[in-house]
Amino acid sequence: MQFFERLRGLLTSKGATLPEVGSLNPETLEEALILADAGPDLASELASDLRRALAKGLLSPGQERAFLREKLLAFFPKPAPAPAHRPEVILVVGVNGSGKTTTAAKLAAKVAASGGKPLLAACDTFRAAATEQLQLWAQRLGVEVVAQRAGADPGAVLYDALAAAQARNATHLIADTAGRLHTKDNLMRELAKLHKVAARAVPEAPHQVLLVVDATTGLNGLVQAREFREHAGVTGLVLTKLDGTAKGGVVLAIARELKLPVLWVGVGEQVEDLLLFDPEGFVDALLGEPQRG
Amino acid sequence: MLEAVSERLQSVLKKLRGEGHITERHLDEALGEIRRALLAADVALPVVKDFVARVREKALGQEVLTSLSPGQQITKIVHDELTRLLGGEAQPLRLKGFPAPIMLVGLQGTGKTTSAAKLALFIRQKLGKHVLLVPADTQRPAAREQLEQLGRQMGLPVLSTHGESSPEAIVRNALVEARRKGFEVVVVDTAGRLHVDEELMAELERVAEILQPSELFLVADAMTGQDAVRQAQAFGGRLKLTGVILTKLDGDARGGAALSVASITHVPVRFAGTGEKPGDFELFHPDRMASRILGMGDVLTLVEKA
Ligand SMILES: Nc1nc2c(ncn2[C@@H]2O[C@H](COP(=O)(O)OP(=O)(O)OP(=O)(O)O)[C@@H](O)[C@H]2O)c(=O)[nH]1
Ligand SMILES: Nc1nc2c(ncn2[C@@H]2O[C@H](COP(=O)(O)OP(=O)(O)OP(=O)(O)O)[C@@H](O)[C@H]2O)c(=O)[nH]1
Ligand SMILES: [Mg+2]
Ligand SMILES: [Mg+2]
Repeated sequence: MQFFERLRGLLTSKGATLPEVGSLNPETLEEALILADAGPDLASELASDLRRALAKGLLSPGQERAFLREKLLAFFPKPAPAPAHRPEVILVVGVNGSGKTTTAAKLAAKVAASGGKPLLAACDTFRAAATEQLQLWAQRLGVEVVAQRAGADPGAVLYDALAAAQARNATHLIADTAGRLHTKDNLMRELAKLHKVAARAVPEAPHQVLLVVDATTGLNGLVQAREFREHAGVTGLVLTKLDGTAKGGVVLAIARELKLPVLWVGVGEQVEDLLLFDPEGFVDALLGEPQRG
Repeated sequence: MLEAVSERLQSVLKKLRGEGHITERHLDEALGEIRRALLAADVALPVVKDFVARVREKALGQEVLTSLSPGQQITKIVHDELTRLLGGEAQPLRLKGFPAPIMLVGLQGTGKTTSAAKLALFIRQKLGKHVLLVPADTQRPAAREQLEQLGRQMGLPVLSTHGESSPEAIVRNALVEARRKGFEVVVVDTAGRLHVDEELMAELERVAEILQPSELFLVADAMTGQDAVRQAQAFGGRLKLTGVILTKLDGDARGGAALSVASITHVPVRFAGTGEKPGDFELFHPDRMASRILGMGDVLTLVEKA
């Protein structure tokens, strides 16, 4: 419920949600989906579906929303059950500035709050002060972090961190990685290498590879997801910066095409601003449903 | 997917090749494709609507040029209009005052800190001026450390802020220090903020009031989608922006946000960030960006071939 309440407040107060029941028609639907960054193709496809259903008399007035709700919900695959392996190894990946480091810290706090023992790995050895940023977070949270000097091999940092996680009985190892555009082959190969390092040290690691997508991202988000899934074995998404005016509709296109679940949403810069993703809440907030349960 | 859009646009335009002059029917078909191409490039919907209406008006009002086919003519109108909206001719940096203050603002993670350092390096190397970098982001963990490290890498001085906790105090101090030590330009990095964050937006206004920046840049990410309009409205509505820096153009985003931001703020895009390294920063070229948004390679060559 929390996600829904917050998301509803966040999304509906900002205009450009879908119109209220009655004025929901194929044209308004199409525009609203475009404004939410779902993309012109998906928007016109859904508008045509609605048009067709209306023409065939399949929908009585007022059922448009329920019809669309079902269609949109079907895009989101169910997340796989949390792996039982300890330590659970989580890689946090994504393009520059999307919110990886902040999300890694927030996740560590979640683990700690639920009684686990998180360990952070500062595998971004490239960006200026990336390690210091994660260390400051770790200090704030009272969580340990494994780091090396700037410019060190990210694989070596991860290797150390995996050993430390096992030695210290950490339940979760959360590795922050450097931002990279999916078009940079050498940097994408570096992620494949991190995979190998993890798999060698811990069976079936990494257990999760989270792609962090900024909600203000337009259609490039779909290309990002495609490439990161292919090269880094992404298992799920984190949608950040939903506390702004952007609606993050690109995850509709991503979830549908790539069958990737959205797991978390970031709604602020503080450690508590990470919520479990609730597809129903998200879709209802997009569709501006008048009431719910 | 994006390629397909531009191919469709090109094929519609090519079909018009044989026709004598621009008619309403040509236009409807071509403008429909242009609308799709712009939306697929992430240009914001209201901006697309305005743009398409303006192209229609221009195309219908325009004299038929005997040297160009209707397809060529529409392409040229679209390209020229895009280029104009994106900023037309490149403008030199305006450096007024001693020191001349430059301030960067924008949403979280767009590339302000990196661009501040790159811009300072550009000013040092290309204009030969003495520049002081000013870390006025007191919010994000290790933000000041980041600018300090970038300064060290580039051999540029960074104002030492010694745990100073207010951006206002930092920039006041920066102006005094710069005058005292003879820095001709100060480049001020600010914290990322959402345009809906009233408190932080008010803080920016106060900082700008103290600095009286001779250039005030909105830093926008080339991957931004429809939200670009709201960012542009909010930052542009409260601050006297003088330009936009568009970052992360080294990726494969079409960069339609450039058009959204420029047409809403009415200021040109001035610089492009093209990578994470100090030198990955250049003057922005509106005509190249127009081709990129349309996904048409070099549009003018296309006009010649059409
Ligand atoms: N408003 C808001 N800001 C966020 C959120 N998540 C992250 N941020 C901010 O976004 C900016 C970038 O976040 P980082 O965590 O440094 O992003 P990153 O992906 O690690 O960046 P690089 O390592 O440089 O690629 C910071 O200013 C964060 O405070 C969010 O959910 N909401
Ligand atoms: N590929 C690429 N990355 C860039 C570019 N400009 C900045 N970046 C990267 O984007 C990320 C965010 O850049 P920052 O300069 O930290 O962004 P910021 O706006 O200062 O972020 P906050 O202070 O957290 O709001 C970093 O990883 C930068 O290296 C660019 O032009 N291309
Ligand atoms: Mg980071
Ligand atoms: Mg910064």
